This record gives sequence, C-alpha cells and structure tokens, in this order.
Amino acid sequence: MVRTKINIKNLNIWFGDVPALKNLSIKIYVNEILSVIGPSNSGKTTFLRMLNRLNELETNFKMSGQVEFDNQDIMKMNVELLRKKIGMVFALPLPLPLSIFDNIAYGARMHGVKNKKKLQQIVEQALQKAYLWDEVKDRLDVSAFKLSGGQQQRLCIARTLAVEPEVILFDEPCSGLDPISTAKVEEAMLKLKKDYAMVLVTNNVKQAARVGDSTAFFLSGELIEVDKTDKMFTVPSDKRTDDYIRGKFG
Amino acid sequence: MRKFKEFLIEKLILICGLASIFFVVLIFLFLLKEGLAVFKTVSPAKFLLGSKWYPISEPPQLGILPLILGSLLVTLGAAVISIPIGVASAIYIAEVAPLKLKEILKAGIELLAAIPSVVLGFIGMVTLVPWVKNIFHLPTGLTALSGSIMLAFMAMPTIVSIAEDALYSIPKSYKEGALALGATRWQAIWRVMLPAASSGILAAVMLGLGRVIGETMAVMMITGNAAVIPHSILQPTRTLTATIAAEMGEAVVGSEHYFALFAIGIVLFVISFGINVTADIFLHKRKW
Repeated sequence: MVRTKINIKNLNIWFGDVPALKNLSIKIYVNEILSVIGPSNSGKTTFLRMLNRLNELETNFKMSGQVEFDNQDIMKMNVELLRKKIGMVFALPLPLPLSIFDNIAYGARMHGVKNKKKLQQIVEQALQKAYLWDEVKDRLDVSAFKLSGGQQQRLCIARTLAVEPEVILFDEPCSGLDPISTAKVEEAMLKLKKDYAMVLVTNNVKQAARVGDSTAFFLSGELIEVDKTDKMFTVPSDKRTDDYIRGKFG
Repeated sequence: MRKFKEFLIEKLILICGLASIFFVVLIFLFLLKEGLAVFKTVSPAKFLLGSKWYPISEPPQLGILPLILGSLLVTLGAAVISIPIGVASAIYIAEVAPLKLKEILKAGIELLAAIPSVVLGFIGMVTLVPWVKNIFHLPTGLTALSGSIMLAFMAMPTIVSIAEDALYSIPKSYKEGALALGATRWQAIWRVMLPAASSGILAAVMLGLGRVIGETMAVMMITGNAAVIPHSILQPTRTLTATIAAEMGEAVVGSEHYFALFAIGIVLFVISFGINVTADIFLHKRKW
C-alpha cells in the first residue's frame, strides 16, 4: 500500500498580482517518483519550491491553501527542519568551493555532526547512494570543481542525501548534462526510490516517461492531469496533455 | 576623408588615455627627484627608523618613525572600528534589510561619503574630542583614538558599498543551495555568502584603508599633532599626511626639511600604492 508523504490541497500561489499556481491539489507518495512536465512558465518550479518553502525568499510571494508533510502543515513547521527533510537538487550543479569530502559533510556539519568517524561514514554512504563513490573515493580531498558536470550533479545529490532527507526534489537536474551523465543521474534516481519520495521537474518529456511512476502535466499554473506514467503516455485523458507529449506545442 | 577622421579620433583617444599615465609618471618622478635629495644628508635607515623629528633644529633631526607609527596606529584603530561595522552593515543591506530600508540605508551611506573631510574634522573637533577627553579623563581629547573614530566614518562608506556589491553579485543559487540543505539564514551567510564574497570584501577593506591612510585634513585637526612615538591610542600623535600638510608651507625651498617632506610623500605613495595593488589583486582574483 502506498503511503502519502505530501498532500497538497487547493494551493494557490501569487507573485505580486500574478498567479503562479491555481487551485492545485496533488499527492506525493513514498517510494515513487512523480515527474512534473509542462512548458516554461507553467508553474512547475514554483510548485517544487513551494514544497521546501524556497518561494518565501521572494518578497511578493502570497499563497492560500495547504501543504501537508506527514500530516503537518508545512507553513507551521520549523523551516530549517522542513528543508532538512525535503532536500533539493538544482538545475545547475552547485558545488561549494570546498573539497569533495567537505561538500558532502557540509550539511551534516551544519546540523551538528562533529564526530570525524561519523562524518566519514556519512560521506561514504551518501556518495555510494549517488553512485559516485567508485569514481571519487581516491581523491576526496580535491576541489569539487575538478569533477565533470555529471559528477558534480551526482555530488550535489550526495550532498542532499547526507542530511538524511525523506523527500528529494529535482529541479531539471539533467538540463546541463550530456546523455551519458544523464543516464547515470537517472540510474541513481531510480535506485534511490526505495528509500525516498521524489519529485522530478523536467523539460525533457522522455525523461519523465523513463523515470516517473506518475506524471503530472502543468499548463499556465494549472494541473491539467496527473496519472500513472504508463497511462499518461499512452492514453492521456486531456487533449492538451496529448498535444504537449507529442510535441505539438511547448 | 572618412578614414582620416577615424584615424584622428583614434589617436586623440589614445593620447587622452596615455595622458593619465603620463601625469602619474611625471608626479612620481618629481617626487623622487625632490625626495631622494634628503638622503644626501641622512641615510635611508636613519630616516625611516629615526625616532626624532626636529626638522628645524640645528642640525635638523629627520627621523620619521614617530610619523609612520602615528599613521599606522590611527589607521589600525580606524580599521578595528570600521571593518566589523562596515562588513556587518554590508551584510545587513545586501541580505537582511527589507527593500525600502535598503534604499534608505544605501542613500544614507552615500551621503556619508559625500561629507567633505574638513567638515567631518570640524564636527569631530567640537563633539568627539571633548567626549573622548571626558570619558577617558585625559588632559586633551586630541588623540589617536579620536582620529581613528573619525577616520572610521570616512572608510565606512567605501567598505560598505564595495562589500555590499560583492555580496550582491554572488549568484542567488548559492544561497538557495545552502538554504535548501536546511541552513538557517545566518548559517547561509556565514558559511556560503561570506566565503564566496571574500575577495570582494577584502578589496573593500583595502580600499577603505587606502582612503584612511591618505586622509589629511580631519586627522590634522583632531589627532593633536605631536610628533612623538605613540605609546597608547589615548595619546596625541601625528601622521605622515598631516606632517606634510602642516609643514610644507613653512619649509624653505631647497632645504633638508623641504626634501624630507617630499621623501615622506614617497613613503606615503609606496604605502597607498601597495594597498591599492593588494585591493586590485583581490578584486581580480578569479572566483575560484
């Protein structure tokens, strides 16, 4: 039986007077990847940034409705704790100007882990889960900038994993990567599914089909439909979804 | 005809561009010519490390160590005051302040930069100096400390505006990356923003200090102008700049005193050149 991790009810978001999301209700389940597709400006990223409350950084952000994480209203939760539990991987790999080891250990240290052995353990586990360990285990002390783009992105995934999140958000994680690196990142995501709930925002429709268990299609701030990926890509119930998937617009 | 016009304009711009370098070189050569003459009568070591500055005694004693130490002491004091406050307010403006307050603060800091130094010195003389005198129970409030406080005000606008630029120009994604890992706002500033902006902030500090060490009018008015080696920040001191400004008018052209003042100019030139070069190196350091 699938367990609901995040439950969104009637969510509306505005930036100033411009609506970004309109009356969105959707559920995110444990051990599943939800792919979110849609043309640019459709509210995909706003949706993602709502889940870890990054939208609040915009001064003109307004919202109504509810987002529940494990049945708790996220707006009432401690924001740092929420962001620890809901990790995020950004479009561009964003290594910090530190060594590979320190990049991964950064989050753990910030949350108070000081024991060296424990840190080493955390770093190794995170790198293994992100399928990067074998490629970097002999050079953990070199700068993270020495890694290739794909490796940097997996490093960022590992860094997110190191703070032990429960949900991972991916914001177009492969937009700057070549096909081989993309395949590796996707492989890592599929394997991570057994421990986490995941949301993948992507502009690559094929990626959504490859990776997602469910797929949601957004258009101009509205959720057009959400369904099992197999069904979405064979018999979508809305014509607009069909058109988008076939590349007629967007 | 059009070709000729192009040629003319090009050369004209070239000449304008070279002019500034040309003048700097000329000034420096003049300074060297006049200043180095002092070393005919006093050795460089004695000049730099001599502890007595009695330029009009017979024979004149031309040791500028008290002046160098005076300058350094006042600058150090100003640095200790202005760097933490300046960097902190840059952080506040760049990262914390709501938009409206940010605009007001930025305008205020620009205004602070616009106050002529003689006005600051004058205000310092009538307000700060008596205050220092009373607080520390000193015979006079004309001390290095007063100078440092006043100069801190002068360095602050430079430090704040350049450090704020440096913080502002860091990609937003760095901060979001840290926040998304569960960092508090302060953790994100301290561990990500500040290290990422460190070269810009260091440049800001250096440029601020460059302004302090070259400042003349205000320090001359409020540091007390005693050319003795300072033992405490609560004593009157005299800086390199103030010495030149105060004594150039009465020095006989061609005398040792006159040459010595030019040599002080060389020392100042070297110091501020060093500071500016350092700032430049920090500014143009590749962002890792």
